[in-house]
Amino acid sequence: MIPSYVPPKYKVEVDPNKCMLCERCTVECSWGVHRREGDRIISYSNRCGACHRCVVMCPRDAITIKENAISWRSHPLWDIDARADIYNQAKTGCILLSGMGNAKEHPIYFDKIVLDACQVTNPSIDPLREPMELRTYIGKKPKQLEFDFVEEEFDGKKIKKAKLKTKIAPNLKLDTPIMIAHMSYGALSLNAHLSFAKAVKECGTFMGTGEGGLPKALYPYADHIITQVASGRFGVNEEYLMKGAAIEIKIGQGAKPGIGGHLPGEKVTAEISATRMIPEGSDAISPAPHHDIYSIEDLAQLVRSLKEATRWKKPVFVKIAAVHNAPAIAVGIATSDADAVVIDGYRGGTGAAPKVFRDHVGIPIEMAIAAVDQRLREEGLRNEISIIASGGIRCSADVFKAIALGADAVYIGTAAMVALGCRVCGRCYTGLCAWGIATQRPELVKRLDPEVGARRVANLIKAWTHEIKELLGANGINSIESLRGNRDRLRGVGLNEKELEILGIKAAGE
Amino acid sequence: MCGIIGFMSRKKRMIKGDKIAIALDSLKERGNGKGSGYVGYGIYPTKYKDCYAFHILIDNTPKFEKIKVEVENVLEQYGTIVKDEEIPTEDGIIEKIHIPWRYFYEVDEKYADREEDVVVDIVMEINDKIDGAFVISSGKDLGVFKAVGWPDEVAKFYRIDKYGGYMWLAHARYPTNTKAWWGGAHPFNLLNWSVVHNGEITSYGTNRRFVEMFGYKCRLLTDTEVVAYILDLLMRKHKIPVEYALSALAPRFWDEIDKMPEEERELHTAIRLAYGGAMLNGPFAIAVGTPHGLIFMNGDIENDTTMFGLTDRIKLRPLIAAEKDDMIFISSEESAIRKICPDLDRVWMPDAGMPVIARPWK
Repeated sequence: MIPSYVPPKYKVEVDPNKCMLCERCTVECSWGVHRREGDRIISYSNRCGACHRCVVMCPRDAITIKENAISWRSHPLWDIDARADIYNQAKTGCILLSGMGNAKEHPIYFDKIVLDACQVTNPSIDPLREPMELRTYIGKKPKQLEFDFVEEEFDGKKIKKAKLKTKIAPNLKLDTPIMIAHMSYGALSLNAHLSFAKAVKECGTFMGTGEGGLPKALYPYADHIITQVASGRFGVNEEYLMKGAAIEIKIGQGAKPGIGGHLPGEKVTAEISATRMIPEGSDAISPAPHHDIYSIEDLAQLVRSLKEATRWKKPVFVKIAAVHNAPAIAVGIATSDADAVVIDGYRGGTGAAPKVFRDHVGIPIEMAIAAVDQRLREEGLRNEISIIASGGIRCSADVFKAIALGADAVYIGTAAMVALGCRVCGRCYTGLCAWGIATQRPELVKRLDPEVGARRVANLIKAWTHEIKELLGANGINSIESLRGNRDRLRGVGLNEKELEILGIKAAGE
Repeated sequence: MCGIIGFMSRKKRMIKGDKIAIALDSLKERGNGKGSGYVGYGIYPTKYKDCYAFHILIDNTPKFEKIKVEVENVLEQYGTIVKDEEIPTEDGIIEKIHIPWRYFYEVDEKYADREEDVVVDIVMEINDKIDGAFVISSGKDLGVFKAVGWPDEVAKFYRIDKYGGYMWLAHARYPTNTKAWWGGAHPFNLLNWSVVHNGEITSYGTNRRFVEMFGYKCRLLTDTEVVAYILDLLMRKHKIPVEYALSALAPRFWDEIDKMPEEERELHTAIRLAYGGAMLNGPFAIAVGTPHGLIFMNGDIENDTTMFGLTDRIKLRPLIAAEKDDMIFISSEESAIRKICPDLDRVWMPDAGMPVIARPWK
């Protein structure tokens, strides 16, 4: 055992009766849990994060991982986490890092919302027999259409014809309202990005680059990629902006609202250095604010600058973390030239966030969608801007509920990574991901075959798409726009009156 | 399930209300006695022709006078009551839990440039703020007569046969989503729009929140109300040609739009993008009447009556149309039409989501 104040969280056991000493586990585990000593495998349990790589790869099914049944004196306030965090900080004097989204036991509102279905009075619609439309356009919609009446000759007769006068701003066309969230090249491997890119192209949807620029290998898929402009401006130049289908300005993210990002120098390989346009091996620091945005009018200027740079051909999104004042901020964004506001809830994942931010800052995405949609409607601005929701969307029902609450589409991040094999072990920031997803080590990256990865991610999107169609049909709806903001199809279970009021839904039984 | 029927004389001949009552009575099977109603156009051809005719249901309780005063206070804020009276009814047919009252009303000249908006505001204010009063119609030279009861009961109660109109719409209700009450019966009316509807709007939440963005308030506890507001918004306020406005309610499928020539494709895409919140989902068949103000695709502003019928995009509710000389009919059932006009020149079933639009002869 390596001396530590904190006992191992998991207990790893290799059954010597089953083990054939192939040593595969010692290679597969990038964390150095397993080591051969003589004729047996020794496991350092305190290095294990339960990522299952060794378990899945063991040809003899000899490895088990269990929660370590060490008793701590139970105390309602001084729970294990509180004490373990103190031991770790007392050792290092540092900010604690963690991965993935908020891990506190706050209510998951999606699970307290139930859906409706048709019975007798209106027929449910069978998506296998009838058209079921999920096509979604992200971008500005005119508030009203205007027509000109133009005289034309037709068969020798003069007739007047209605011609559309209103010009529609460029919108992104999604075949399904599920996109893959911004996760940077650098945080994720190239093979992870290639898997996503191939999948979104196949599914007629989009992915985000994150703030790490656009590697050349993704150029063939660029028409399905949303490029990001974050506070570090990594990889941003005219070519980058023109290549993508849309541009997203990242102000903040749900996992760590109010702070920037940090990609450690050891992850900045030659390829990443070239893509991000920074020296190899140097830390990539994204400042907390954009240093050219100190107020809303600065944001409006940046939106306009990006539009100018791309000849007003690319929709521009603005991503904010879901914070208390999100509705008012969204109104500010809607009155700029921005085409969509992305709201990222506090369950949103990340490679590395200070634990204190991950667990304590921001609000639930369900509340944020409801409040932002309602506020934009009250201001008469809902058509000016699309709402994209992200942060903790786990399944098709979550997508359905997010849209019924008022979103146009969602981003999935963690779910897409889980499709690639991610076990949500939360150690992305170490760069040692044994699944080849959140790492730059060539020997680990090659474990993820982009073709296989793309198949799995596309399967996931298609499976959810099928489920959404079935749910729509059961609700007697054959087009997604009739679900958008249709909170009448939702009911709350176990929510108090204030929560119901904010979500804009009735209680079950009402 | 509900029964609907509407007809119009394209010569604008006056037809007595008993015709529509006989036709509706044959659609009894589609209702359950929980609401029936009629709207007649051209029923006040006398000196009140150019007044807004407010039909208002006031609770028949000891508070009646008090509520009536509140209603009149709202009306007098914006104009003048030219005449008011109880709408004549027959006793002993329906329990009279509301007293139907009508006001012939002129909007103050200072609102001349936005007269119709003021009328909409009045309707919203009474329905929203006054407990015990509901405006059931607010157009000129037209009136809605509705109550909880079977078609023949409601017709007799209101003495429908005493009125003559050139266009009538009627509805027999089988309520499925809200409780039966007088205000919840059809037709639904706002200004000159009247809607009768068979179906259940599964997009109601979306539609309601869409029209609320433009200042309408849904207070009648039933989904059909929102259809009247959408029509008013699209055709009166936004001046969308009728054909395209109806395409917003029942849009072309994307598969069809993708195959259209460029100009048409752009147009239908724009309709779906701008008016996605106006799309009516779920099974429906509607018949709608309006006396003026529509713009047609060829740019004509039709200052005359229009009646149209429309179903949802996959036609989950029946709708049939028929013609005989100057008469044009829309109904849930051919039998209802044949009941009052056995010998028809033409009968057809409109395609799913394709409107039937009828206009008077010039």
